[in-house]
Amino acid sequence: MTFFHRHRWLTPYVLLAPALAWLVLFFVVPLFWLSITSLQEGTVQVGYTFTWAWENYSNAIREYHTQFFRALLYAGIATVVALLISYPLAYWIAFRGGRWKNVLLLCIIAPFFVTYLIRTLAWQNILSDNGFVLDVLKTIGLVADDGRLLATSTAVVAGITYNFLPFMALPLYVSLEQIDRSLIEAAEDLYASSAKAFLRVTLPLSMPGVIAGTLLTFIPAAGDFINAQLLGTPNQYMIGNVIQSKFLVITDYGQAAALSVLVMAVILVLIAVYTRLLGTERLAG
Amino acid sequence: MTAVAQPEPARRRTASPLARAWAFVRRNAISVFGVLALVYLLLPIVVVIVFSFNDPAGRYNYTWEGFTTEHWTNPFGPPGLGDAMEASLKVAGLATLAATILGTLAALALVRYHFRGRGATNLLIFIPLAAPEIVLGASLLTLFLNWGVSTGFWTIVIAHIMFCISFVVVTVRARLVGFDRHLEEAAMDLGANEYVTFWKVTLPLIAPGILAGALLAFSLSIDDFVITNFNSGTTVTFPLYVWGSARLGVPPEVNVIGTMIFGVAIAIMLANVLFQWRRTPKGAQ
Repeated sequence: MTFFHRHRWLTPYVLLAPALAWLVLFFVVPLFWLSITSLQEGTVQVGYTFTWAWENYSNAIREYHTQFFRALLYAGIATVVALLISYPLAYWIAFRGGRWKNVLLLCIIAPFFVTYLIRTLAWQNILSDNGFVLDVLKTIGLVADDGRLLATSTAVVAGITYNFLPFMALPLYVSLEQIDRSLIEAAEDLYASSAKAFLRVTLPLSMPGVIAGTLLTFIPAAGDFINAQLLGTPNQYMIGNVIQSKFLVITDYGQAAALSVLVMAVILVLIAVYTRLLGTERLAG
Repeated sequence: MTAVAQPEPARRRTASPLARAWAFVRRNAISVFGVLALVYLLLPIVVVIVFSFNDPAGRYNYTWEGFTTEHWTNPFGPPGLGDAMEASLKVAGLATLAATILGTLAALALVRYHFRGRGATNLLIFIPLAAPEIVLGASLLTLFLNWGVSTGFWTIVIAHIMFCISFVVVTVRARLVGFDRHLEEAAMDLGANEYVTFWKVTLPLIAPGILAGALLAFSLSIDDFVITNFNSGTTVTFPLYVWGSARLGVPPEVNVIGTMIFGVAIAIMLANVLFQWRRTPKGAQ
């Protein structure tokens, strides 16, 4: 005890040490080994050796660019759809929720309490060939009589949208809730129409939530492989499916690691570009 | 909300009947949209619960065949399901305990102290939150492969502690930021030393934050599939069981357990909401 009294500056480091050690050992060091593995050559049978095997990257890109771009496309569409659904929903709860706000927020996060795989399987059920959604869509003519929903890209994108929607809705709610209501009233007192007040006051002030929500939705969506596996076919497989099967089924570690590094790199670049383009300026204003 | 609830004579006078009618339509349109969005969010949960009472004819629990409570009387009937649930609970218990202790200590250091390396520490804690799960899982696998560690129960625990720490730090930190340090000073003025002050004043006050962090860690751990999938070896957790059974037809007992997990989580959250509701004085929205 006296030691700590004499060396008070040490206290924060002592408090931080266990957590940081764990994160360095099991988050940072693994990323290092991921990069090393991505440059290794070999097979499970004969073992792997580090040979600066850059061909892992070129081969991976040549063979799997389709799945790579599909992942970005599906994640992008899902993010936009989630934003279009979440914004009015978060707005409704933040501005009209009143005493029910907490209960309504609970409804938003309720899907998280059903195991991810189980709720995705529920969508398998809902969209199945015998499901009522397909019946309704056939009746109103949106889907051909012999059409299906399950095992299509629509089903995969719908599943991704659903599974990550709370990541979009919650930050949107937080930023809408924080807006000073008197600013909107001031705009309306100064003869702005409600539409104009929304576009010039509410929307810009909620941009931090839009940015946070978009990133929080897009990142897990781009790496997902569960929706494509359970709701789609190999024609809908995303980069996550390739990485998963290369690591765990066909044990092609070099290329699997190369693809993982590429995913991480693309996402880091996106975060940097996104916050620079949209973030700093709007956030400061 | 107080500002909105007050009458606004200036706006009433200037708004034309047409504008008021438009405002009325808009207000109700957004409510209808909000309710529909909530139905969309809750629909799969209803499906999960309803199909836990289904009496499927074959292996696939897709179409409604008849009502039965059979699966509820023996939810761990299918072989392996009970073991998987046991493994999940053990992993979640251990991961929650470790991550909560490590995360709380780190949060205390981050809020209480100014020290060199704060920015880097923040970054190290936040990047795991933003990284796609597949990269976290894959990189840990490469670590274990290169170190010759065979994956199994303990590698799952290690991985879960890793991804739970950051969530605990964020949750506990949010609670600590609003902490009134005068209470601690008062205790010290009244003769308590630092350690008594910590145990009698600080800890009880931040306990709700720690509890929230622990609950979050537990639910994330018990729900995790992707990272576990990479580091499980032959150990089977509940989500891995669901994944394995998805190809052959998921037994209704999985829906029963999914419903149980959902029920427990909702009960805890509702208790929290009601607690806050009762503490909020009426009309103080």
